[in-house]
Amino acid sequence: MSGRLKSGGAIDRDEVLRFHFDDREYFGHPGDTLASALLANGVRLMGRSFKYHRPRGLLAAGAEEPNALVRLRSGRAAEPNLRATMVELYDGLVAESQNRWPTLRFDVGEVNSLFAPLFPAGFYYKTFMWPASAWKHYEWAIRRFAGLGRAPEPGDPDVYEHRHAHCDVLVIGGGPAGLAAARRATRAGARVILVDEGAAFGGSLRGNGQAIDDAPGLDWVADVVADIEAAADAVALPRTTAIGYHDHNYVTLLERVGDHLPRPESGQPRRRLWKVRARRVVLATGAIERPMVLADNDRPGVMLASAVQSYLNRQAVKVGERVAITTNNDSAYDVAVQLKAAGVAVPALIDLREEVAPALAERLAAQGIELLLARAVVQVHGKYGVKGVDVMRLAPDGERVSGEVRRLDCDALAMSGGWNPTVHLFSQSGGRLAFDETLGAFLPGTGGQPAAVVGAAAGRFDLAACLADGDAAGLAALEAAGITRKGRMPQGPAAEASTAGTPPRNLWQVPTGPGKAATAKRFVDLQNDVTASDLALAAREGYRSIEHVKRYTTTGMGTDQGKTSNVNALGIVAGTLGQEISAVGTTTFRPPYTPATFGAIAGRHTGLNLDPIRRTPMQAWHEAHGAVFEPVGQWLRPRYYPRAGEDMAAAVNREVKATRTSLGLLDATTLGKIDIQGQDAAEFLNRIYTNGWKRLGVGRCRYGLMLHEDGMVFDDGVTARLGENHFHMTTTSGNAGAVLSWLESWLQTEWPELRVYCNSVTEQSAVAGVSGPNARLLMESLGGDLDFSPEAFPFMTWQDGTLAGLPARVFRVSFTGELSYEINVAASLGTALWETLMRAGAAWDITPFGTEAMHVLRAEVGFIIVGQETDGTVTPIDLGLEAMVSGAKDFIGKRSLARADTARGNRRQLVGLLPEDPYLVVPEGAQIVERAGMAPPVPMIGHVTSSYFSPNLGQAFAMALVEGGGARHGETVQVCWDGRSAPAKLCPPKFLDPDGSRARA
Amino acid sequence: MLLITCPWCGVREEHEFACGGEAHIVRPLDSHTLDDAEWADYVFMRRNPKGVQYERWVHNDGCRRWFNMARHTVSHEILAIYKVGEPKPEFEG
Ligand SMILES: [Zn+2]
Repeated sequence: MSGRLKSGGAIDRDEVLRFHFDDREYFGHPGDTLASALLANGVRLMGRSFKYHRPRGLLAAGAEEPNALVRLRSGRAAEPNLRATMVELYDGLVAESQNRWPTLRFDVGEVNSLFAPLFPAGFYYKTFMWPASAWKHYEWAIRRFAGLGRAPEPGDPDVYEHRHAHCDVLVIGGGPAGLAAARRATRAGARVILVDEGAAFGGSLRGNGQAIDDAPGLDWVADVVADIEAAADAVALPRTTAIGYHDHNYVTLLERVGDHLPRPESGQPRRRLWKVRARRVVLATGAIERPMVLADNDRPGVMLASAVQSYLNRQAVKVGERVAITTNNDSAYDVAVQLKAAGVAVPALIDLREEVAPALAERLAAQGIELLLARAVVQVHGKYGVKGVDVMRLAPDGERVSGEVRRLDCDALAMSGGWNPTVHLFSQSGGRLAFDETLGAFLPGTGGQPAAVVGAAAGRFDLAACLADGDAAGLAALEAAGITRKGRMPQGPAAEASTAGTPPRNLWQVPTGPGKAATAKRFVDLQNDVTASDLALAAREGYRSIEHVKRYTTTGMGTDQGKTSNVNALGIVAGTLGQEISAVGTTTFRPPYTPATFGAIAGRHTGLNLDPIRRTPMQAWHEAHGAVFEPVGQWLRPRYYPRAGEDMAAAVNREVKATRTSLGLLDATTLGKIDIQGQDAAEFLNRIYTNGWKRLGVGRCRYGLMLHEDGMVFDDGVTARLGENHFHMTTTSGNAGAVLSWLESWLQTEWPELRVYCNSVTEQSAVAGVSGPNARLLMESLGGDLDFSPEAFPFMTWQDGTLAGLPARVFRVSFTGELSYEINVAASLGTALWETLMRAGAAWDITPFGTEAMHVLRAEVGFIIVGQETDGTVTPIDLGLEAMVSGAKDFIGKRSLARADTARGNRRQLVGLLPEDPYLVVPEGAQIVERAGMAPPVPMIGHVTSSYFSPNLGQAFAMALVEGGGARHGETVQVCWDGRSAPAKLCPPKFLDPDGSRARA
Repeated sequence: MLLITCPWCGVREEHEFACGGEAHIVRPLDSHTLDDAEWADYVFMRRNPKGVQYERWVHNDGCRRWFNMARHTVSHEILAIYKVGEPKPEFEG
C-alpha cells in the first residue's frame, strides 16, 4: 500500500490541508500535489481510460501525465482535464474524476472492455462512416462516453491577463542547466527571465539529492534564485510553462498565478499569459522518461521510475510497499537504492540488457536488491492495483521471451524505457530533430532560432555536463546579446562527473508471455487507449506516414499530445514497416506544449473589452428614448424605437410609414467619411470609381461604385466636390476603414506620382438625416441663411450655412427615396442639432427611425446595400447598374467586367421578388429553385438578399440574386428554407417610385 | 509573430501591420489589349515560393505607410525591408 513516510521530502508536516476527491475527504500537506496527496492517502484509482474505461492511476509526476485528469472546482469556476500531477494542493480543494459514470469504481463504460475486439485502430472511421444513416441513432449514446471532461458552465468568475515583456535572455527550465545559464547571464547584468513549470526551481535536483560545489544541490538552487530575485532586471517565474515558441524568438509563457491558492489573491489574475520577445533563448527543458510497452502496463501502480523517485523525494510518498523495477537504462538504479533506503522493499530490478557496468550491479548487491539481467516483465497482475509481475528471459533479438515464468510479488512496478529530451519547443522554433540510435531518442539538430539547447534537453543527462552546458550557454547568450561582462569572470558551478554507463537497450515493445498473456494489451498511448497491436494493424493496413498513423489510431493526440507515447509509437511503426526510425520521422510538435485555457488566451479581451464600441454623439438621446440597438461594424446604431406595446414589426412599420408620408429622422453619423485633397484628387476618383468624376461641378454630389480589380463591387457611397481639389467621400458604415486602406494602397504603391491626400473624418461630424415629403418645410422652419427651394438647393448638391444657429453643411442626397437632407455639424453639436430637429419637427409629427426602417425604405426604391445585395461575387452589371460604368476611361476592375465569366448572360442578377402570399416575409439567405417538387439534386438558381414587409405596399417583398434574373421578370420561382418553400414572382427591383421623382421633389 | 522594422517607425510587433500580398506586380496600363488569360495572370496569379518571397506590408496601426519586405517563407527570416520605389534586392532561394 502506498503512503507517507515519517520523515523527508519538501513538505510541511505541521500544516494539514483538507481536500475532497469524488466526495471523500482526505488530508495532505503544503508541498503536495493532488497526485502525491492522493497517493499518500492510498488512493490509486484516479480515472478511467478513454476508450475501454479501464481503471487507471498515475503514470507520471509531471506535465506528461496522461491518466490522472481531474475536474477542479465547480459551476462556472470549474475546469476539466487538469493533470493531478500539476495541481498544487490547497486547503479546501475539490476535485472529481472524469470519464466515468456513475462512479469511478463502478463504471458502466467498462463494458467497452468486453467489446475490445470491436475497438481496433481506426474504430471511429470504420464504424461511423457506415452506414451513414445509423449515426443519428447511436450518436447520443456515443456522446455520453466520448470526449475528455465536461466544459464548465459559461461565465468564468476569474480574471486572466496578458503581459508583454522583452529580455536579453529567456531561460526555459529551472533545473541545473537552466539555472547555470540564468546565473551567468544575471551576474553580467543582462535582462533575464527564468521560468519553470514547477512550484519551485531545481528541476531534477528537487528529487535526487545531488551535490553542487560540494554542498547540497538545493542550497545552490536557492542561491541562484536569490541572485536573480535581487537583480534589477531579472525575474524568476515559478509555475510558469513556456507553451509556444513562435517566429523571431517570440515565446508565450503561461503563469499560474493563483492556481495554487483557494482563490486568486485580490487584484490578481488566476493565470497570466506572457508574450516575451527574447534576444536569446536557452532551452533547458529537461527530458521525459519513456514507459515500457509491456502487457497490462496500464494497471494502477505501474509508474515511471522517475515518478516513483519524485514522489519519494519531493513529498515523502512511497508508491507501494514492494516496488519492482524494470528498466532498459542506468537511471532506474538510483531509484532502486533510494527506495530501499526509505524502507521500501524492492523484490528485483529487471533489466532488459545482457550486462551492465559492474559498479551498478555492486550498488544493488550492497543493498541486497536482486538484479535480473536479460529479463523482461511479460505480464502485470491486478486490475485496480498491481498484485505482481511475471518475468521471463528475453532473447538477444528482443523478439521473444523464453524459459520459466517467474512471478514476483509486488504492489507497484517502476519502469524506465529510456529518456526523451523535451525537444517540443526547439521543434516549434523551426529546429530540425535528429534521431540518436544510442539513446533511442530525438535530439535537437540544426536550425531554429537564436537559441541554445542545454542539458538533458540536448541529451546530456550527467549533472556536471548539465552545469557546464548551462554556464556556456549563458556566456554565449551574453555575447550574442552584445553585453560586455563586468569585472572578473566567476567560476561556473561544478559537480562530480558520473562514471561511464552502459547504453540503453531500446526495445519498443516487450514480447508477451505464453498462453492467455499473449493477448494482453500493451498500451503505447494511455490517454487514447492505443496499443502496440493497434499501431501494427495501422501499418499493415497501409498507413505509411507517421502523421497518418497518428490520426488513424489517435496515438499522440489528446491533452498530453503523446509526451510519453510518441517515440514508442514510432519505434513500433518503424519496426512493422521494416524501416529505421529516422526514416519514418516524427510528427509535428505544435503549440501549446501543455493545454492553455481559453480564459488565459483571451486575457482581458472579453465582454466589453473584446472590441471597441463606437457610439454617436446622439447615443444618450437614443437610449433615453428607448431605442433598441444593433451592432454595425464597431458602431452601435438604433435599430428601431419601440413605443409602449409595440413589437419590432409594429415599430418598424410605423417608422417607415411616417417617413414616407410626413417626416423621419435618422442618425447617419456612422457613415464613413473620407476627406480627399490634392491637385490630382479628381483624377484619382476617376480611377477608383466606375463612373466619371472630372466634370463634377464644385457644390455637387455624385453616387459612386468601387470595384476590386476582379470587377466585383467593393463599396459604394455619395461623394461631394467641396472645391476644385477637394472631395468629401462617404462609404458604407462598416467598410470605412477598409476603403481608406484601399485608397492608400493605390496611392502609395501604384500611383505615387498622384498628389492626393486622404484622411478619415468620420468622427469629426455628427449627421442627422431628415427624410420625407415634409423635409423641406422642416428645414425652412429652422431659420438660417440657406434657401431650400428646389431651384436654389437642387437634388445632389450641398451647401454650407447656419441652421437654427448651428454652423452646418447640408447635403441634399437621399437613401430612402424621399426628399432628404443630411445635416452635418461638429460632433460636439450633434445632440443640440438632434433635439432642435425633434422640437421643430413636432409640427409634422417627426419620427426617429432606425436601421431597420432605413433598410425597408431603401429597398422599396431598389437601392442596394453593399454586403447585403453583394457578397464579393457581384458586378455592377449583375446589379443592373450598367449606367454607372464608364466606357470612356479605365478604372479599377474595368477589364475584369469583360472577362468571359463576368460577361456571361446567365450570372446571378438582382431582381425583385414578390411572394405569392403577400404576408410571407421569406428569410434572407433563403435558396431559390425553379419550382416546387423537383427531384434531387435540385439546382439552386439564386438566393434572397433582402426581405421585408412594406407598410406602404401593404405586402411582403424581397430582393434576390437569380441566374439570368434580369430577363425573367414575371416568372415564378420557389423560395426554400428550413424544410419549407413558397412560390414568389420575379419583378424589377424597384417597388415604389421607379422614376425617383420623390427624392427630386 | 514577426518582429518588423517599419522604415518610418522602427521595430514593431507584427499585429500592428497587415500584409498586402506579393510585391512588384505592376498594373497593366493597356488592359484592353490583354486577353483574358493575361489579365487573369495580373489579377489572380501569385507566386507561392518555398523560399524568398517579396511582399507588400502596411503599418496599419502606425504610420499607415506601405513598404516592401523580402521574407523567407520557411524560416520567416526578414532579409530586407525597403520603401516603395526602391530597387528590389536580389536574394538566393
Ligand atoms: Zn510605421
